[in-house]
This record gives sequence, C-alpha cells and structure tokens, in this order.
Amino acid sequence: MRSRPRSRPNYLAGLGSLVWLFVVGLPLYVMLVATFQSRTEYAANGPLAFPEHFTLDNYVNDLNDGFAQYFLNTMIVTVCVVGIVLLLVPPLAYAIVRSDGKAAGRVFRLFLLGLAIPSQAVIVPMFYLINEAGLYDNLLGVILPTAAFAMPVCALILSGVMRDITPELYEAMTVDGASPWRIFVQLVLPLSKSGLSTIVVFSSLQAWNGFLFPLVLTQSSENKVITMGLYDFQTEHGVDIPGLLAAVVLSMLPILLVYLFARRALVQGLMGVGGK
Amino acid sequence: MTTTAVPAVDSAEKTARPGRPGGAVTGVGRPGIAWAAPAAVFFGLFALVPLLLVVVLSFTRWNGLGSPEFAGLDNWSRLLDDPVMVKSLWLSLVFTVLGVVVQTPISILLGVWAAGRQRNRAVLSAVYFVPLLLSITAVSVLWRAVLDPNFGVPSEAKWLFGDGNLFGTQVGAIGVLVFVSTWQFTPLHTLIYQGAARAVPGVLYEAARIDGAGTVRQFFHITLPQLRNTVVTSMILMVVGGLTTFDTVLILTQGGPGTDTTNSAYYMYQKAFKSFDFGGASAIALLLVLVATLVSLVMVRLTGYDRMRSTMEGV
Repeated sequence: MRSRPRSRPNYLAGLGSLVWLFVVGLPLYVMLVATFQSRTEYAANGPLAFPEHFTLDNYVNDLNDGFAQYFLNTMIVTVCVVGIVLLLVPPLAYAIVRSDGKAAGRVFRLFLLGLAIPSQAVIVPMFYLINEAGLYDNLLGVILPTAAFAMPVCALILSGVMRDITPELYEAMTVDGASPWRIFVQLVLPLSKSGLSTIVVFSSLQAWNGFLFPLVLTQSSENKVITMGLYDFQTEHGVDIPGLLAAVVLSMLPILLVYLFARRALVQGLMGVGGK
Repeated sequence: MTTTAVPAVDSAEKTARPGRPGGAVTGVGRPGIAWAAPAAVFFGLFALVPLLLVVVLSFTRWNGLGSPEFAGLDNWSRLLDDPVMVKSLWLSLVFTVLGVVVQTPISILLGVWAAGRQRNRAVLSAVYFVPLLLSITAVSVLWRAVLDPNFGVPSEAKWLFGDGNLFGTQVGAIGVLVFVSTWQFTPLHTLIYQGAARAVPGVLYEAARIDGAGTVRQFFHITLPQLRNTVVTSMILMVVGGLTTFDTVLILTQGGPGTDTTNSAYYMYQKAFKSFDFGGASAIALLLVLVATLVSLVMVRLTGYDRMRSTMEGV
C-alpha cells in the first residue's frame, strides 16, 4: 500500500472507467426506476423513463406474496451459517498457524483443496446424504452444506490474519505459562478482529446469496429462501417486470446495508485472497 | 495481556531450564491438532465425503428413490455416445475461453487504474463493487428483465439490438451469458489486480520515468510483468467459474434455444433433477471436477507459478 504506481492521472484509463461505470450503472438504474412505477406505466413508457406516479405497491405486493417469509428463512439460514463458521473456523485457523507438527499443514491443504470444489460437483451426493439424514426440505439441510462450503475461504482469510500476529506476543504469553486456550481468548481473538469481521461478512454473503443448495434440497414454500423466491417469481409471472425487480431489490437490501458498514473488511478480504 | 504472579514464577523456572522435556521452548502454549478437529470433521462430512461419493455414484444406476445399484462403466460409456454431452463440453469450453478473453483485459485495466491515485476513484470503485454483492440469481433475473425483448432496453435501442430476440439465437444467448458473467465477476478480478498493482514497487516506475518511458510503456514493461502471478490466480478462478457456470444458464436461457447453451454443468443438473438419472449426472460432475483441476494444474505448471509462495496453490 505504501508504493505509488503512478502519480500522473491517466486520462485514457479514466475514460474507460467511465464507460464501465455506465455498464455497471445502467441496469441498476433500470431496476430502481422500474420498481417505483406500476406495470402499465412501465410497459407504456419503457425501461428508461423516470416514474411519473411514484408508488411502493410493487414492494408491498411482493412482501404480501410470500417474500416476508422467504426473508425470514434466509435470515435464519444466514445467522446459523455464520454461527457455525464463527464457532469452527477460528480454532481451526489458530491450529493451522500455531500448532507444531505436520498434521496442521495437512488439514490446511485439505481446506485449500476445498476452495476448488465447485458446489455443483457434489450436489447429487449432497442430495443423497441430506435425504438419508432426513433433512430434505428442511432449512437445516441447507445450512449444513452452505456452512461447509463457506469454510475454506474463511480459513484462508483468518489464518492469514493470525499469521500476522508477531511471535514475540505468543512467546511472552507462553513464558507466562498461559495455556493455548488462554492465548486463544486473550491474544489471538482480540488481535484477529479484522479477520473475524471479514469472515462474518463473507459467510453471510455466501449464505444470503446461496442458490444451488436451496434449489435442490428444499421444496415447500415455507422453506423457500429469497433466491428461490426470486427464481420462482420469474418462472411463474416473469412478465410483471416491476414486481420482479422489486423482489430483486428486496433480496439485496440487507447486503447493501452490510456493504455500507463493512466495506473495508470485505474489500480487504477479497484482495487478500488473490492479491500478490 | 495481564499476567499473574504464579505464571511468572513458573516462567522463570522454565527459562532457567529450557532443555526440560515438555518445557517452554516447544509444545507448551501451542494448540494441539485437536483444535482443528471440529472444523475438519464438519468440512469432511459435508464437502469431502460428497466428493468421494460422487465417484462412487458415477458407477451406479440411481433414480433418486431407493438405493443406487452398481452399474459398472455404463454411465461413462453412455456419456461418450451422447451427442448432447459432447456439445455441452464444447459449450463449457466456449464459455470459459470467452470469459477469460473478455474479462482479463477489462479487469487488468480497471484494476491498474484503480490502484493509482485518481480523483473520484473511491466513489467509482464503490459502485463497481456492487455487482459482486448481488446473488447470481438476482443478477440473472435483473438482466433477463433488462434485456427482455418486449419490455426491456432492446425495445428502446433498436439501433443496437435490432428487432430480434437476443435469447432466440445461439450467438445472442451465448453473448448474453458471457456478458452477464463479465458484469458480475469483473469487480472481483479488478480488486485482485488492484491489490497486486499496489504492491508493485514504486521505484520501478520512478526509474522508468527517469528513462523517459510513458504511461503505456510503463504498463507493458513494468506493470504487466509484475502482475504475472496474479494473472494466473485470476485466470484459474475464471476457468473454474467458466466451466461451472450454472445459475446464469438456468435463469437466463434454460439451456436454450434448444440445447444451444446447455453447458455441462446445466446438463448435469437436468440429468439429475429433471430426468432423474443421478448416476449419469454424477459422471458428468466428476468429469467437470477433473477437467477443472487438470486445467488449473496445467496453468500452474506452464507458468512456473507453483514455485511461488501462493495462497491458491490448492486450486
């Protein structure tokens, strides 16, 4: 971060970045203006027109149409996934960074392997296992695999952060005779706050946006999560574009709120994954 | 970090006799491997066991009910004779190559630009980031609506889209799929490049400026070579992502028109959850994992990337 690649502004690149801004911004604009007008007005004036008669009906209809329930389900899934990740990953990362012997390295490599497993690759056996466990069409059946697939990235991020804790601090506590547990609670966790918030943001993002596991492992509308709600809305009444887009906005509102508060943690975590 | 009197005495004793078995030098104060066990067991159960199970299932006949029956190489020989399968592999390859070719230059340029100190950069970067936050579902539904031939942007911009339905032709549908993936994932790769470009030592640019090198020359002679490893990381992510494109296909084209956008990932889903041929689907899934792993390994080897310290070695 200290070095400065370039001090002169680069006008050509700046222009390109403006073009990209347009590409990113246009659909977001279409989405927002569509949700604030009625279906007939949207059909009559086209996707680019600004709403004449501002209305929130699309949102209200969606919420009455089951999206309140989907919201709640997604919330449950997300909170549980984050809970599992927070319970299991910090001790894992601690062991990876601090335990001596080869076992920790092997475990770490196992999780790195996990980074490369696409969730579709395991969806058929997952369907089999969840069925056998009697968890089909149960939110728990979505929570467990989602948490498992969130763990590799989280382990990677958190162990990276824990590695930055200087050995002197560990030594000082060890010399004081502190047990691994005390070192974990009094030194490692407080110094890993940034990493912990990053993995919270990451795992909640993954849980909130999950699609494949709910698609294959749930069925009934009382167990539908919000991404499934969106998908079904489109297949059932795809011509109601303002209603559909209002549902899209609803599905992303919490994420955008999280983004506003945790932008730093999120961006740094992502940079850490691939940077250098 | 508060300390109590008792451990202080203890530590004095230990430092005095470092050679003592189980003393302060090694072992004490370090967590055992048991700390990793809960996570490892959980992960093993819900990620690694299924991965092994997919191998087993690929040699069975199973319709989702009852129990799988051993079927030998039947699924595999059927795959080889299946024209849709061959076509789907080809399409997966097309998506992957197009994805890499389109996304790489855009994200390198944006990433390098974002690493500099431009005005408004923070604001622009914040907006760029938004697509990455949205679920693939939301992004696909959004673009399906925006590109709707009757109510979407094409109805306003006939000069660009013509009268045709983008989703009605193979070229149009593939174009949409590649475009939507680019829209969503360019921010991720931009960010990766931004991080890497910031790590390039500023001295290199200063030296180049003294030698009279302009922006373009600096980009090609300093920035790009320095980003080499990052390019590999980013491309591996793109390749794995491209080979496994699924949600986008399901929502935007349903593999159509006909089977013109039915890539292997979507074909696997169809085989399992529409035709209830779980054995055949497992074989495709395994094939996908093998191809993705192989491609990643080859890329890593070809570039000599494996000799570098990297967090993505396991890919």
